[in-house]
Amino acid sequence: MQVGVPKELSVAERRVAVAPDTVPRLLKLGYTVAVETGAGTLAGFSDQAYLDAGARVVDRDTAWGSDIVAHIEPPGVRDDGRHEVDDLRAGAILISQLDPARNGELLARIAAVGASAIAMERIPRITRAQKMDVLSSMANIAGYRAVVEAATLYGGFFTGQMTAAGKAPPARVLVIGAGVAGLAAIGAARALGADVRAFDVRAACREQVESMGATFLQVSVEESGEGAGGYAKTMSPEFIAAEMALFLEQARQCDIIVTTALIPGKRAPILITAEHVAAMRPGSVVVDMAAATGGNCELTRPGQVAVEHGVSIVGYTDLPSRMAPVASRFYGQNVAHLLDDMGGGAKTRINLEDEVLHQSAVVLDGQVRWPIEPFPKAEAPPPTAPAAAVAKAPDAHVPAIAQKPPAHTGAWKRGAVLVAAVVLAVLGVTAPGEFLQHLTVFVLACFVGWQLIWNVTPALHTPLMSVTNAISGIIVLGGMLTAGNAEIDAAAILGAIAILFASINIAGGFFVTQRMLRMFHR
Amino acid sequence: MSTALEGGLPESLLAAAYLAASVLFIMSLGGLSSQQTSQRGNLFGIIGMAVAILVTALHPDIQSPWLMAGAVAVGGSIGAVLAKRVVMTAMPELVALLHSFVGLAAVLVGLASYLHPHGALDSTAQQIVHHTEVWLGVAIGAITFTGSVVAWGKLRGSLSGKPLLLPARHWLNLTALIVVVGSGLAMTAGDAGLVAGLDGLGLPLLLVLTFVACLMGLHLVLAIGGADMPVVVSLLNSYSGWAAAAAGFMLSNDLLIVTGALVGSSGAILSHIMCQAMNRSIWNVVFGGFGTGDKKPSAAAQAVQGDVSPIEAPELVELLDAAKHVVIVPGYGMAVARAQHPVERFTSILRKRGKTVRYAIHPVAGRLPGHMNVLLAEAGVPYDIVLEMEEINEDFPETDVVLVIGANDIVNPSAQTDPDSPIAGMPVLEAWKAGTVIVLKRGMGSGYAGVENPLFVLPNTRMLFGDARETMEKVVAALG
Repeated sequence: MQVGVPKELSVAERRVAVAPDTVPRLLKLGYTVAVETGAGTLAGFSDQAYLDAGARVVDRDTAWGSDIVAHIEPPGVRDDGRHEVDDLRAGAILISQLDPARNGELLARIAAVGASAIAMERIPRITRAQKMDVLSSMANIAGYRAVVEAATLYGGFFTGQMTAAGKAPPARVLVIGAGVAGLAAIGAARALGADVRAFDVRAACREQVESMGATFLQVSVEESGEGAGGYAKTMSPEFIAAEMALFLEQARQCDIIVTTALIPGKRAPILITAEHVAAMRPGSVVVDMAAATGGNCELTRPGQVAVEHGVSIVGYTDLPSRMAPVASRFYGQNVAHLLDDMGGGAKTRINLEDEVLHQSAVVLDGQVRWPIEPFPKAEAPPPTAPAAAVAKAPDAHVPAIAQKPPAHTGAWKRGAVLVAAVVLAVLGVTAPGEFLQHLTVFVLACFVGWQLIWNVTPALHTPLMSVTNAISGIIVLGGMLTAGNAEIDAAAILGAIAILFASINIAGGFFVTQRMLRMFHR
Repeated sequence: MSTALEGGLPESLLAAAYLAASVLFIMSLGGLSSQQTSQRGNLFGIIGMAVAILVTALHPDIQSPWLMAGAVAVGGSIGAVLAKRVVMTAMPELVALLHSFVGLAAVLVGLASYLHPHGALDSTAQQIVHHTEVWLGVAIGAITFTGSVVAWGKLRGSLSGKPLLLPARHWLNLTALIVVVGSGLAMTAGDAGLVAGLDGLGLPLLLVLTFVACLMGLHLVLAIGGADMPVVVSLLNSYSGWAAAAAGFMLSNDLLIVTGALVGSSGAILSHIMCQAMNRSIWNVVFGGFGTGDKKPSAAAQAVQGDVSPIEAPELVELLDAAKHVVIVPGYGMAVARAQHPVERFTSILRKRGKTVRYAIHPVAGRLPGHMNVLLAEAGVPYDIVLEMEEINEDFPETDVVLVIGANDIVNPSAQTDPDSPIAGMPVLEAWKAGTVIVLKRGMGSGYAGVENPLFVLPNTRMLFGDARETMEKVVAALG
């Protein structure tokens, strides 16, 4: 089986689908490798490097005529008017990024040739397929590059400096979205010495963000982007308003903002408005990694650097291509892992029982399979993906602005407020003043308790129960106040029995709590 | 409280002392936010209690302290002995028992306060408020009392863990509730002279109310199964707090109100956490599936097919030699077998050999919130390797060996994969994503939820059958 590596059509695309150091891996899997002359030039790989690695260097038609064709960008029409896909053999497999949702015609063309096609970016984000996941590998590179681009445009140090000639504070960097790209950006900015903060609606990201040395920002509205167990959840308009206020405040403070929010199959959400940009100091930089799908910043011009209010807004859509050598190596490794999964060598085939191929094979033997039915779940995680899977998404799905909370909760809340107001009014008119004082104390104490208990670490929930056991023994006071009367009547005796039981609680509760707490040690 | 002003401690000093005690209690709970500060927190609680009791003993209303002193001495010693003797695996029982005492004390205080109101009830309004506080306090206290006694019986195994489902049980509950509220209102109205013909019937009505509320507590908790006990115990914890708060209202004592509110919120939050961890609503737990059908596994739930592959201790040791990351998932089975000590020895041997060993604790593992943490702490496992579900769930794919000790439902993958499963949607520990899963189990029974567990037949799962403690001792011996 021959793997062909043609040159990319667009001159803007500097990457190549297989780098020389992936060639031995493919040979070992039982393939021969045919690289088009000059395919690696823009990525810095000479034809000689491929020859040395064991590949053949061939002309364009031979490369496209291979059994398997590895490519990066969706194929297109050449200057001479011929479509690249028309050079595919019947029965060949094209492995490329294809953007099938938008390229229906391309898929039909591939099918017309009688070939098959695997869309690299449709490979499902399951644990087993991580090694084939180009979205992750490219997002990682893009995140790093975003910071490098910001650094070149930013006229200051990233790390703080204190010299005889004066001092400079460290650059303040805000990263929005803590997916793969966001985390890579955080890592790069931290490595340069910047003061980094990051925002993500999913509280589960906090740990990852903090482990990279950045500060995790939160909005003041109490709402978690994940439901129980890390499920994603709709954010309320209040939350989004609070989020916008937070970004405005950060825009005033930060020198560099990197945004990474994507919604699969939709326009990227606007997170940085013109107002935010205007609030930034002149000389600041915004890198909008979502530029290709419309951008997270209102003022982004895809593919360009726009300057507004003295702020540079980087809208490059080819960040991985700007690091072509390493991006090509990673992409090539993803391709090699995919071929390994498909059987390798002469056994290579598209097995639709395999979830990876079921989801990514958009054309099979001349039949377009797009849109693809969901994989019948056997042991794979359900569509409501658990925390782990969500957190590994390449780019954070920062709030969908258009989402609305269900209407009935609002009505319910309003009703509750109304009832509370009526009850309070009735009490205020009829109840004795003393009772209202006590009620005040009671309600305030409930709020204090609510705040207090959420802070208790779950590991100490059993001691919490025993200590609350002990302090609810405070009811002993009730017994004392009723038992303490001069004459010993029925009330006094009942009170004394109450004291007896409450004392068991006090002593038992505190002692056993002490016993338990002493056991906890590092 | 005009009568309180003559003689004894000045009222304002009393109030100041109560304020101090309230603050100390708040700091006591605040201390539990981390293990380092927790012991100091408990000390604050003890000081707060001592201040409260001493100051109350000096209260001008209290003329004969001897009866009280005797009761405190006897009760205190009983409590201390209980606390000293209890084994950590029996903590849930002790906690339930202590809840019942609070409930009982609340009932007694309520009755006593009815017989001998504290402070003057000059106006009709004051009397209505006082009587309402009394009957509410007594009702909550009575439900807490009998409910906790049943919970105690179920937890220690003297009562069957199976739910007792009487026919028309929802109607029974409703009737009981109507009787309780009805007699409470009748008592209040009658004594206030609002309704003619009810004069003098106050005490009998209150006793009827107490009795019916007791029955209601019994019935409510009898209808709840063993696996839901963590929620029930938390809920009773909450009730015991509200009962104390109600007593505070009837005695015009702010300290009781504050403390009751703190304890009440604490129990409420714990119940909420437990329910979320089981993906069920509080109504569903308390009323045993009100309107959602029975709790039995539905016929539609996928049957588990496949063979289990057993493993013996020596092979497990080989497996562990090759492993770097090990996660232990303990469940109620570990508590029952009292296996925490050999598990700790196992942990320390592996840690000495340079392996990463951590524990994954599901919120509802065990029969009490945080029960597993206490058992592991007792055995001497350092608390910083004992992690919560959210902290560790993402790490399973990088884990080489997972040891599931006496846990079942909390590692059941069908919660995620099978929408018909009774535990569908419950957050679970994703142990199956690890390299190898070793399940320590007595036999092939299903968990408390009565659900089959497809984890056991997965290709990367091996079963280690036997009593958890004996098995772990064998493994420790084989590790040498």
